[in-house]
Amino acid sequence: MKYLHLIWCNLKRKKTRTSLTLLSIVVAFMLFGLLSAIQQALVGGVALAGADRLIVREKVSIINLLPQSYEANIDRIPGVDFSTHQTWFGGIYQDPKNFFMQNPVEPEKFMKIHPEFILPPDQMQAWLATRTGAIVGRRTAERFGWKIGDKVPIRSTIWTTADGNFTWTFDIVGIFDGKDKGTDTTPLFFRYDYFEESREQSSQSWGRGKVGWYTIRIKDPSQAAEVAKRVDAEFENSPTETKTEPEGAFIQGWASQIGNIVFIVAAILGAVFFTILLVTGNTMAQAVRERTGELGVLKAIGFTNTGVMALVLVESCLLSIIGGTLGLGLARLITPVMAEKLAGLLPLFYFPVRDLFIGLGLCLVLGLITGIFPALQAMRLRVADALRRM
Amino acid sequence: MNENPSNNGALVRVEGVDKIFHRGAEDIHVLTGLNLQVPAGEFLALMGPSGSGKSTLLNLIGGLDHPTNGTVTVGGEKLNQSTDRALAAWRARHIGFIFQLYNLMPVLTAERNVELPLLLTHLSRAERKTHVDAALAVVGLSHRARHYPRTLSGGEQQRVGIARAIVTDPTLLLCDEPTGDLDRKSGDEILDLLQALNREHGKTIVMVTHDPHASARASRTVYLNKGQLSNEPVK
Repeated sequence: MKYLHLIWCNLKRKKTRTSLTLLSIVVAFMLFGLLSAIQQALVGGVALAGADRLIVREKVSIINLLPQSYEANIDRIPGVDFSTHQTWFGGIYQDPKNFFMQNPVEPEKFMKIHPEFILPPDQMQAWLATRTGAIVGRRTAERFGWKIGDKVPIRSTIWTTADGNFTWTFDIVGIFDGKDKGTDTTPLFFRYDYFEESREQSSQSWGRGKVGWYTIRIKDPSQAAEVAKRVDAEFENSPTETKTEPEGAFIQGWASQIGNIVFIVAAILGAVFFTILLVTGNTMAQAVRERTGELGVLKAIGFTNTGVMALVLVESCLLSIIGGTLGLGLARLITPVMAEKLAGLLPLFYFPVRDLFIGLGLCLVLGLITGIFPALQAMRLRVADALRRM
Repeated sequence: MNENPSNNGALVRVEGVDKIFHRGAEDIHVLTGLNLQVPAGEFLALMGPSGSGKSTLLNLIGGLDHPTNGTVTVGGEKLNQSTDRALAAWRARHIGFIFQLYNLMPVLTAERNVELPLLLTHLSRAERKTHVDAALAVVGLSHRARHYPRTLSGGEQQRVGIARAIVTDPTLLLCDEPTGDLDRKSGDEILDLLQALNREHGKTIVMVTHDPHASARASRTVYLNKGQLSNEPVK
């Protein structure tokens, strides 16, 4: 600690140069934080996907529906514990920009297959007792100020009600929470029997008795591949063939529609950090070159070669840790604000604590890499030569 | 004329020292079989023309460089046999350097510059402050402690340099043209100070200088020419 003042004063020596280098490090690490949040939003669900859950969708595209009658067939397939289904409702609340997911589900089976959604028992009972009842995630409830007992009108872009109206009204009977931070608490779920009854009574004949996709709980996660094959074989050569895959792969598939997110993020960060490496490395190299004589004086008065090397290395690490911490801190502050704006599109948009620690580790690595060559140069400096350069 | 190496009471003993620098294929013999003793408490002036090897000799005595042949012993410590690390620790305890261009850290105040050698000790912050205050008082700069080098005159900067050299209470002060960059008045003040350190505080001083006015303040003057010492000025 007693050397900190000397190191700090050296950092302040060229204020403009240090500030610009610091700023570039801040921007790089802020970008790291934001890209981590984007990656989390797009592929974070993969890690949280249930290992014992399979998704069955129509073989060609998820927008094609599957017969509701498949449920009984699926439940009979060896290895399947039970299955349930969801259908894309595509609703809008007040304004298209208020996007969030709403799906009709079978309440008991749905809650059983998704233990990551936490709903108080009395609210579950209320849902079962209310045909037009819906449960909504905490985040959306807070976003729109919804409370239990509210009637919420949602205009579907696909489905009409029994009287041919596109606006559906749901009674909010429950608000669910996520088991952990990564759980998406933006969707609204309502009862499939109410949905199907409305479709049957509607003049819109399309889609009756059909559902979007099935979620299967399997008895043994290690048998996932075999069970998936059995499900697809069951419906082979039927008018509606299926594609069955683990839930993680299903979510990954969604994200892959945008591209290989992990690769894109890694490529951008790689380019950014390579640039920062050059910028900071150049700053440190210049700083040491300018100080050759002073380093010689330090050695003359008794600083060891390794002591001088450590001073340069700590200075480099300090620069990168200050810049990196500021950048990561800014990312932590900005992401919740952005998450509010992107709540519907990217419900899992947040800067994970794990990535924060990775970022802090990167600060240290950046400091060590950019400082090591100037530090070695300072260490090898011969005192007599250095003093001549004062 | 080289000095008799048999004097065992000397603080500094340079015995049969050669120093050869290699520049490409060429060998440059800077010091040749040089012998010198500096008794404890002496103020020795080392004179000679440019390139005569004065600073090289000073570097050897200060353990900043190794002789090609021969031995350098300071306070009973044979410097040839020490590692760079051991020499650094030895310098921190026993040697104070005073440079022609002061060589202060421009980013540190006078007191922080003086404190630098004390960072290598186990002294607490308060103890370091006491030593720094005492050293600045000796050189008469207590009132300029918080000033940065750029706000001090050349003479004041050299006083800070001297305070830094004496703050650890070293045995030996090595001065490389300490008045070379100063006007006559400031130079005289620095020489007064060095003389006081020698006479009142018992410091042994080896001072390299071009200036006969400066060497006149020393208790003895030796002359270096073509790698050899003599008691007579170079003609």
